[in-house]
Amino acid sequence: MIEVENLTVRFGGVTSLDGVSLVFEKGTCGLIGPNGAGKTTFFNVLSGFARPSSGTVRAFGDDLLAMPHFRRARWGVRRTFQTEQAIEGLTVYDNVAMVHSPLRGAARRVDALAAIEFTGGGLSPYVRVGTLGAGQRRLVEVARAVAGRPRLILLDEPAAGLPDEETEHLASVIRAIPDHTGALTILVDHDMSLVSAVCETTAVLDFGKLIASGPTAAVLRDENVMRAYLGTAEVAL
Amino acid sequence: MTVTTSDSAAAAAEAGRRPLLRRPDKPVNVSVTTILVLFVLFGLPYVMNGYYTGYMTLVAIYAVVALGLGTLVGRVGLYSLGQGAVVQIGAWTGARLLFATAQPFPVVVVEAGLATMLIGILIGLPALRMRGLYLALITLMFAGAITVVLATINFPNGGGGFTGYNGSTVHIPPIRRPSIAASDPAYFRYAVVVAIIMFALVYAHLRTRPGKAWAAIRQSEPSALAAGINTTFYKLWAFALASFITGVAGAMLAGQEHYLYSINFATQDSIILLAVVLMGGVYTMWGAVIAALLQQLLPGWLQSLGVSYAWLTILFGVGVLQVITTAPAGIADQFPKDMKRLGRLLWRLARRPAAGGAAAAPGASAAPGGGAT
Repeated sequence: MIEVENLTVRFGGVTSLDGVSLVFEKGTCGLIGPNGAGKTTFFNVLSGFARPSSGTVRAFGDDLLAMPHFRRARWGVRRTFQTEQAIEGLTVYDNVAMVHSPLRGAARRVDALAAIEFTGGGLSPYVRVGTLGAGQRRLVEVARAVAGRPRLILLDEPAAGLPDEETEHLASVIRAIPDHTGALTILVDHDMSLVSAVCETTAVLDFGKLIASGPTAAVLRDENVMRAYLGTAEVAL
Repeated sequence: MTVTTSDSAAAAAEAGRRPLLRRPDKPVNVSVTTILVLFVLFGLPYVMNGYYTGYMTLVAIYAVVALGLGTLVGRVGLYSLGQGAVVQIGAWTGARLLFATAQPFPVVVVEAGLATMLIGILIGLPALRMRGLYLALITLMFAGAITVVLATINFPNGGGGFTGYNGSTVHIPPIRRPSIAASDPAYFRYAVVVAIIMFALVYAHLRTRPGKAWAAIRQSEPSALAAGINTTFYKLWAFALASFITGVAGAMLAGQEHYLYSINFATQDSIILLAVVLMGGVYTMWGAVIAALLQQLLPGWLQSLGVSYAWLTILFGVGVLQVITTAPAGIADQFPKDMKRLGRLLWRLARRPAAGGAAAAPGASAAPGGGAT
């Protein structure tokens, strides 16, 4: 469970997140919103790449903001990036095994190989990532995120630029993450069909403010959300 | 969580598969390298004259220096323009210890490496918070500062005190060499063996945890951070490793030269070093050997032909331009490719007359008929 209270992030004159308070309970949660709503900033705060000007983030009782970024990974925060960042020069196995893990020796190898197998797609652990296609690289990143006993997994638009059948496969993988790892998974995406297929609960950001949160189906029918996505909110202002 | 009891069984099964994770390099490469090393150790010293023995010893020493810089640039993405100064620190420390103590030569070499590593870490701590141009600038200024300091305190020549410099110009004792490698050919072999050990040290790093962390840092620092890699620590490690092997090379240089003069070291050597390392290729270890051949052997060869080696500065400038525009992986990567292309071209040329004859024959089909003859 992760509790965010009154989180505000400013970059110069721009307020990316404005007093956001929300709670993600468990399972797979969605975080959606139009471009520039502050979704990636929210992830950057959780993973330590952005410093909030005020607010607190407690994850399973621990104060996340007090840790430098590499410590958060050791605590159990995992994230993928909007632009895929699998390391080309390393094999699939090395890409996954590079993540911090409390496991050692053979158990660690088993864990990494299990993570690769979990993502399906028939990835061989011993091929270099540089030879893989975009969809497979995404899977490598997801495998890295589920390896090493994670507690909080942040997926930043994992399906961006993927064809439909690969998105479907990815959706089934993401849906299985909480059972496989026990980690709370947060998914940021523009793709409504992916979010509604995968997430039990969803929060919606718009211009740095939380405008709705709750069960996914109800949130997607919410009047404010529809307005934010159709763009009439700006007209009304 | 799916921490099931089958984990231990799977672990046992996995233990059997472990060698798969450490596939050896291509056997062809391994055998070629072995033959080359054996030739350099046991063949080359007999066919080289004294002139080239000296230059080839410098090649062996500077291959290690180039390897240190190549590792920083190619594996971690750190550009240092101060490696020439690091060589000087190693040479100074090595020379000072060789004069002041009666320790065995290899011990002094390792100590010089460690002392240089320590200084490298001290400089790296603040400098590594910068990247790219700023790191290059800081290291260049450091190189300039070291050159100035050493021009003032001079290299040790058997005097007392901390600096070990006595100011006299006559009866200067030479810096000693190991007793088993007093002659030039023997010292050449010694330098090659030291270089091989240093290459093995770097190779071991590249194949294990630090090498993988460096690969991650080079491509995407955010990704490395998100995976829990302490990027500052691993960058510092790379800096320490490069400083260590460069310090070792510096101490070897002290033994090779017998007498060290600060006038022989210039700040621009560091820049030339980066140029030849980029030309040689920073993504393979062969690149370091090529870089050392370019920097150390080429001037000697040109001199023996009566050509001024000042031309090399221009040649290296053009070479770096070429590397940046067409062959980012350097000669080590480009040369085999070009040779393959040349081989294919020659093969096609050799086959053409037969194929041409078949095509000219009346009623010949489009299928290659050259094989019929």
